[in-house]
Amino acid sequence: MNKTDALIIGAGPTGLFTAHQLKLIGLNCEIVDNLDKIGGQCIELYPDKPIYDIPAVPECTGEELTNNLINQIKPFDIKIHLNERVDEVKKEGDYWIVKTNNDKKFSTPNVIIAGGVGSFEPRKFPVKECEKFENKSLFYSIRDKKIFEGKTVSIFGGGDSALDWAVELSKNSKVNLIHRRDDFRGAQATVDTVNELAKEGKINLYTKYQMSSIEGDDQVKSIDIKNDNNETKNLKTDYVLGFFGLIMQLGPIANWGLNIDKKTIEVDTEKFETNQKGIYAVGDICNYPGKLKLILSGFHEGALAARACFKLARPDEKYRFEFTTSSKTIKERLGVKGD
Amino acid sequence: MFSHTCPIFLHNYIILMAKITFITHENKNHTVDVQNGLSVMEGAVQNDVPGIDADCGGGMACATCHVYVKDEWFDKLPAKEDGEEDMLDMAFEPKKNSRLSCQIIVSDDLDGLEVSIPSKQS
Repeated sequence: MNKTDALIIGAGPTGLFTAHQLKLIGLNCEIVDNLDKIGGQCIELYPDKPIYDIPAVPECTGEELTNNLINQIKPFDIKIHLNERVDEVKKEGDYWIVKTNNDKKFSTPNVIIAGGVGSFEPRKFPVKECEKFENKSLFYSIRDKKIFEGKTVSIFGGGDSALDWAVELSKNSKVNLIHRRDDFRGAQATVDTVNELAKEGKINLYTKYQMSSIEGDDQVKSIDIKNDNNETKNLKTDYVLGFFGLIMQLGPIANWGLNIDKKTIEVDTEKFETNQKGIYAVGDICNYPGKLKLILSGFHEGALAARACFKLARPDEKYRFEFTTSSKTIKERLGVKGD
Repeated sequence: MFSHTCPIFLHNYIILMAKITFITHENKNHTVDVQNGLSVMEGAVQNDVPGIDADCGGGMACATCHVYVKDEWFDKLPAKEDGEEDMLDMAFEPKKNSRLSCQIIVSDDLDGLEVSIPSKQS
């Protein structure tokens, strides 16, 4: 059991800055995120896109913003638990017991949800029967490429993941690459390689096709693919891979007894507390009259939620407001020399 | 002062709207007035039309405001920008007449536009 003053769910910009604010006022915190890297949407959706509305930063990319925030919390030793999705939040006395999908447990008086629009999950095939084969002979990510050796693999998608795996697996497997249009959005060099391999007969390319059905018992046996003119082809295949990027799902947050409206959590604007005492929501996931889904709003919300956490984490102490420019205690926490 | 009463100036006070019809997967019609200049996605969200998630808020980064445009309207829409087709690769059941509704800006020309909402956004 990890004990902490506050647990932050989500390592996007808002979660990172909220951690900074908590540490600044002398509270401990840990961060949990479902992704395998820090940065949330900034890193997953738009690492290279310039952002123009971060105060005092005329222009920066999602990746630069994330790196700067990571630098800003460097003085504090904050534990960030990646690849962990929070599944359960339950009250036990004055504490919240938080459990992740990998059975990590936390005990804390304060939970701050900075979850954006929820957790990132792979986008799945629209064909419903695919569920039956999921993680057996149909995958949305690859853990062990050896299982495909000598087999027929049908890969769907037009981005880098689909193309890279088509090239890689074509060395030891029979590869079908199926995509809904002629253009691929992957790197041009990889597209060229795929076209080369297709010419040599090492990759069977089916463009303008999408999956229409899937057949098999325990294992996939074949799939039907269909184009816009309703022409269908049947492909025998041992494995199916789908690479359609990630989607945000609210996921388990919906089950924690919070007031949720249109995938957002209702909060007050003093503490950014939800209808549950000690659970706060900040950033894109929170909702209140006048809410703006801007990174700068998330920073403000996190700063206030952090102050609210103080009361529950240190019930016998009084929070005293201090400036970073003048407070000796804060400078000590930051590890900078006072003047 | 004159402008308040003179009908010639009245148009200054009228917000130009277009009627947009959303047809849900259950075949229910929602016809809403959307202000010119807003996106079709914003029109749906502001009027509580179900089935348009718009997770990224119009950043062309999520493909959860995916719609099928009625054939007779499809060619009248301004062409897709770079990136929209890439995002449509990730949409749920994309078709020939698929568009991201955040990329369709409402104008007088689009008065009467009809779009269908897919069974799911993800």
